Amino acid sequence: MCTYQTEQIGVEGSGKGASGWFALTEATVYFDHPVHAMAEHTLNIDFRNPGRGPAARVAVELTAASARELARAIEAALAAAPAALVD
Amino acid sequence: MSEALTAKTVMIPGDGGDEIEAYLAVPDDGETAHGSVVVIHHMPGYDSPTKEITRRFAAAGYAALMPNLYYRDAPGASPDDAAATARAQGGVPDDRLVGDVAGAADYLRALPGSNGKVGVIGYCSGGRQSFLAACRLQLDAAVDCYGACVVTAPPSGFPLQVEPVVGLAKDLSCPLLGLFGADDQYPPPAETAELSRVLTDLGKPHDFHTYEGAGHAFFAVNRPAYRPEAANDGWQRIWDFYGQHLAS
Repeated sequence: MCTYQTEQIGVEGSGKGASGWFALTEATVYFDHPVHAMAEHTLNIDFRNPGRGPAARVAVELTAASARELARAIEAALAAAPAALVD
Repeated sequence: MSEALTAKTVMIPGDGGDEIEAYLAVPDDGETAHGSVVVIHHMPGYDSPTKEITRRFAAAGYAALMPNLYYRDAPGASPDDAAATARAQGGVPDDRLVGDVAGAADYLRALPGSNGKVGVIGYCSGGRQSFLAACRLQLDAAVDCYGACVVTAPPSGFPLQVEPVVGLAKDLSCPLLGLFGADDQYPPPAETAELSRVLTDLGKPHDFHTYEGAGHAFFAVNRPAYRPEAANDGWQRIWDFYGQHLAS
């Protein structure tokens, strides 16, 4: 299916793409057809910097279970860090 | 039929006269009279599998042209990067799509040997766009392969510029072949049944088939969604349909 749904957020940080590291400015998140993963649908994240062109992108395609596990791991890692560092 | 063909990238006038990239495949005996097909790519973009589909039409004797609907958003980018850029920007506006298909159809009609007949086919989001183009343009045959959001609006808040287009059905300019999967949720069988009802009420010729055991993207030979029985039957229906409406 084409869900058409796209969550879009601004992000600060860096990603490593095909041409090396670059600053990230946004991320789009959607559950839809993957390009590469052998699943009918995946949770896809594009970390992007449109100002540096379409190729300034770090893409991941995760199964729904993997995506949920990733979200849990991110929250756990942040929760385990000293509050003064992550606030 | 020899299935010999020539394929290449060309620049064509799209919506508003913009020069856009397109993939052209023509049969090697193309200067004899032939019909033509505009191929509308799916949301993942102007990719190799859809170029392969375009070549398949040429192998069957049709001139086929696939405009890169994301060319303006990301000229020269790889198809997946271009698709990500287009998605982040809200997708392809309907008016721009219609203008690009019109440009592609004009290009095909001007080729040596064209019999003047042009069909359109689209997959996934391109299925909806195939229907849209056939309602807004004078075409000779249209194929909708599992296009969603023709009848039903996506849930509110979606940033993509997608609206139902069933209201245009009264202007459908040509016969419509619809190929759908019974297990698909976008579009679900209830939505395609509703579209069929609307077209019947309007007296618009259409032929819809919904395949059991198939879901979305069952034509996609490189994806787990591929269902050879549905795809093989679907291709045969496409050949019969275009043979009836596009052949000289």
